[in-house]
Amino acid sequence: MKKAPTIITGTVGMDAHVIGTKVVSRALKDAGFNVVALGIQVTPEEFISVAQETNADAILMTSLYGMSELDLKGFNEKRMEAGLEDVILYIGGNLVIGRYDPQEVEPRFKNLGFDRVYPPETDIVAVIESDLKKDLKAKGKM
Amino acid sequence: MDDIRLLIDFGSTFTKVVAVDLGKEEIVATARVPSTVESDITVGLGEALRKIEENTGIGDLEEREALACSSAAGGLRMVCAGFVPELTSKAANLAALGAGAKVVGYYSYKLTRQEVQEIEATSPDIVLLSGGTDGGDEKVIIHNAEMLSHTGKGITNIIIAGNKTTYDEIRAIFRENSKNVIYTNNVMPEIGTLDVAPCNHEIRELFMKNIIEAKGIARAKSIIKDVIMPTPSAVLEAAKLLADGCDGERGFGALIVIDVGGATTDVHSIADGKPARPDTIVAGLPEPYEKRTVEGDLGLKYNLDRLLELCKDRETPPGFDDIVRGFHDGKLPETEEELACHRLLSCLTVEAAVSRHAGRIEVVYGPTGERLVQYGKDLTNVKTIIGTGGPIIFSSGCREILNHALYREENPFILRPKDPEFYIDEKYILYAVGLLSQIEPKKAFNLARKYLKRI
Repeated sequence: MKKAPTIITGTVGMDAHVIGTKVVSRALKDAGFNVVALGIQVTPEEFISVAQETNADAILMTSLYGMSELDLKGFNEKRMEAGLEDVILYIGGNLVIGRYDPQEVEPRFKNLGFDRVYPPETDIVAVIESDLKKDLKAKGKM
Repeated sequence: MDDIRLLIDFGSTFTKVVAVDLGKEEIVATARVPSTVESDITVGLGEALRKIEENTGIGDLEEREALACSSAAGGLRMVCAGFVPELTSKAANLAALGAGAKVVGYYSYKLTRQEVQEIEATSPDIVLLSGGTDGGDEKVIIHNAEMLSHTGKGITNIIIAGNKTTYDEIRAIFRENSKNVIYTNNVMPEIGTLDVAPCNHEIRELFMKNIIEAKGIARAKSIIKDVIMPTPSAVLEAAKLLADGCDGERGFGALIVIDVGGATTDVHSIADGKPARPDTIVAGLPEPYEKRTVEGDLGLKYNLDRLLELCKDRETPPGFDDIVRGFHDGKLPETEEELACHRLLSCLTVEAAVSRHAGRIEVVYGPTGERLVQYGKDLTNVKTIIGTGGPIIFSSGCREILNHALYREENPFILRPKDPEFYIDEKYILYAVGLLSQIEPKKAFNLARKYLKRI
């Protein structure tokens, strides 16, 4: 049997809203993943170096305060440089300020390198079952 | 019959001996003679012991029980190689320094052929290989083990302290290899956790078993009991004992030991280093409770160029440049002017070494306002600073020198102590306290408390 995939969680940049990332981490653990929970206010550089050192399979970022685009400036270039093009990237939460149309925001974050982008109030258990496991299997990581 | 214990330090320049009366908990004699490690270590040792014998009347019996530490023959020279610079490479570096080593090479990511040649040419006593959290990255450490397995005599001892899931494969790489390879716990088993104690233990074992033999230091064992650790490690043991106390004796609490030498300056801090302000966020790799740093570019005999650079923007005493040139040529400070210059250099050394050792605060401005991020240890609440090493002990201005370890209003981002008490290791016994702490911690503690001088 293959070992459980390693998933990194945390809120990115200056955001300190801890509940989202705690819920995500808990759900991942319950689903049997190896979780590296970095907590709040994780810099893009920290996500990258931790992913290198732990040989992570995916990163699940959360952000609630609406400024994540600013926090993620240059993240995609840096992770490519660090040899992490194979790591699956998800982000979810209140990604921009105010009410917004997720359809409109999604392509902006896909351009930042994210494979999947989720609006507020997403069901994390459903995401793990339907998306994450599928993506991990597709990349031969599970 | 008095219970006398001899404690010895084989330094690169001097062999020092302290004779301690364990019953009375006092020093009965000290001796200092030039080291003879290059030819035969027992010659200098014999001479030092004769001096002690003349003064105390002790003999073979006590000598057979003597314990020693050593920084002779280059000290314990180590190369560290990890994966990500700020993670496993840094963890390996902290482990090596904590074991009293001198880190003579520091590498990250996959080693290249040229880097491996460099390491071979450096010919370190030990190569410490880390990389990957447990269950994490395997590629880098396996690659590096493979590279090291093809090297010659320049590399003999290798300690593996990385991702444990790679160990079977690494064992296979070193099968039928003549190198001495030792496997121990990962220095960074998971993100945010540092586990250097098992690695420290292996380094010390290796030092006692193989390295002192290779350097000719083990010959001393024909006269004394054993050489049990590198000297910086003995000083760190003393610092630990003084901070924590033992067996009903209350320690000094969090403290810093500053050891200024001719070639390097060591700073040891025994403190948890947690933020003094609750609104501060700690970032980066957690640093150990017992932390040692070595400033290889700060010494008062061999590294004057670097110190002169630090002096550039400062006011200097008259004739400064000429006098410092004199120190370069081996002159010792004697006149008033020379002493003033030497004192200034010592002050700068202490300031730079403590600033690099202490943690720092960065203020980050973001959409939610400003936020304080701490890297390293907050030492602002440390209440004890102990100075040792020739330039501090023998200076009339030792207090002035140690004052340069303090927090400065004009640079509030470096977390140096704000309001400590100062002591000096007047009798030069911290190494002896560290050695003695291994067998008689309580007596070692009392001895230190008796002979450290408050200034």
